[in-house]
Amino acid sequence: MTAPPPIAMLAELTHRCPLSCPYCSNPVEMVSRQAELATEVWADAFRQAAELGVLQLHLSGGEPASRPDLPELTRAAHEAGLYTNLITSGIGLTPNRLDALEAAGLDHIQLSLQGTRADLADRIGGYKGGFARKMAVAQEIKARGIPLTLNAVMHRHNLDDLDRTIEMAVELGARRLEVACVQFHGWATRNRAALLPTRKQTEATKRKVTEAEARLRGTLAFDFVPPDYYSDFPKSCMGGWGSAGLNIAPDGKVLPCHAAETIPHLRFDRITERSLRDIWYDSAAFNAYRGTDFLPETCRSCERVTVDFGGCRCQALAIAGDAAATDPVCRKSPDHHRVTTMLEDAMRDAEGAGFTYRVAPR
Amino acid sequence: MTLALAPGDRPYLPRGVRMRPDHVRGGQVLLAPEKAVALDPIGEAILSRVNGQASFAEIVDDLAATYSAPRAQIEGDVQTFLQGLRARVFLMVRP
Ligand code: SF4
Ligand code: SF4
Repeated sequence: MTAPPPIAMLAELTHRCPLSCPYCSNPVEMVSRQAELATEVWADAFRQAAELGVLQLHLSGGEPASRPDLPELTRAAHEAGLYTNLITSGIGLTPNRLDALEAAGLDHIQLSLQGTRADLADRIGGYKGGFARKMAVAQEIKARGIPLTLNAVMHRHNLDDLDRTIEMAVELGARRLEVACVQFHGWATRNRAALLPTRKQTEATKRKVTEAEARLRGTLAFDFVPPDYYSDFPKSCMGGWGSAGLNIAPDGKVLPCHAAETIPHLRFDRITERSLRDIWYDSAAFNAYRGTDFLPETCRSCERVTVDFGGCRCQALAIAGDAAATDPVCRKSPDHHRVTTMLEDAMRDAEGAGFTYRVAPR
Repeated sequence: MTLALAPGDRPYLPRGVRMRPDHVRGGQVLLAPEKAVALDPIGEAILSRVNGQASFAEIVDDLAATYSAPRAQIEGDVQTFLQGLRARVFLMVRP
């Protein structure tokens, strides 16, 4: 089959980050500073991406502001014609750096929110004083009128504060709020018991988001990622494997999604060895799970297959042990009982479960 | 808030939202924070008249004249299209 051109690219500029959130989507094995791509390599990757059809570039990490060359990288992306979005915790974004980023053509900032109060937010981010610094950056962004999305990562410890989270987004002048319930990849899988919300919280969240969305239409737009494991059907993974977006890891490995490296038999090409176009259209890793032919009969004969493409490949591998299986979150999956058991275990162990924090790379 | 545009409202694309040609897929695309919306020729015709100066009524008049179409029908189409963008905060208006 011929793949459509990609729309979005996530550039993980670095795995370094001053925070250590226990749900970080970065892989458990992180790339060290020495192995990070040079400025010119990134700039060339951005030009290749634009030529390939990418429209949206997400500058991410780790904390992208940990790269001193962030303004140069932003400029290169802007000059290539890409829409530039900075995904950040805000730490390290001084007024001077914001000046440089605005001058470089930055289009939009997505600011993460660990919690609505300093004590909780700093405990989750594992960084004392982080909340106060983040709020100062948010005010600075608002004063400059840089388009802002607040990305609230939600779980057992902060879902009850959803109303306040929504209020904060409005106060900070955000145009968009992502209510992003923790996805169990990367570090989050080590913190299931501590992070999984209860069924009651999950139901309340859906209700609150629907109500606020209607009330704030035209002021604040919502993107809602419901909690993992509670739904009857899986989420569609980025519109299907290798169909809408791609990732470049800090060391230049080109991935179909940020968790793809957890699938051990796949070999990922590097941007330093092969062109982005070749990798997108012709590499084995990108073609491995394109379309739906590889899926089991359960999915191929299901009317939802064009909606969710059988769910997440990384989750199928992690829970069912086979990346080509039906996502076990689906109630039709023969492995669905494993999800039910995981939920029960997590609920049983939740009381007093501590965080395993992400460990920063050297 | 009501999303309906009054005749004198002057719509504009706020900072961070812009229309540009899509060189790879063809046509025009509306780029907004973390979203890209492919425009059909009608959407393109409407948005190319949205400049912060022209009022809603003027945009409708201009489109009705250019495409020699019934004004009421054009007005309904433009209203629906712009309200959809306004709901997502891709469009704002000045009174
Ligand atoms: S999730 Fe937390 S630790 Fe991971 S990159 Fe974002 S701010 Fe840093
Ligand atoms: S059977 Fe497969 S296609 Fe159908 S809902 Fe479940 S995961 Fe999706």
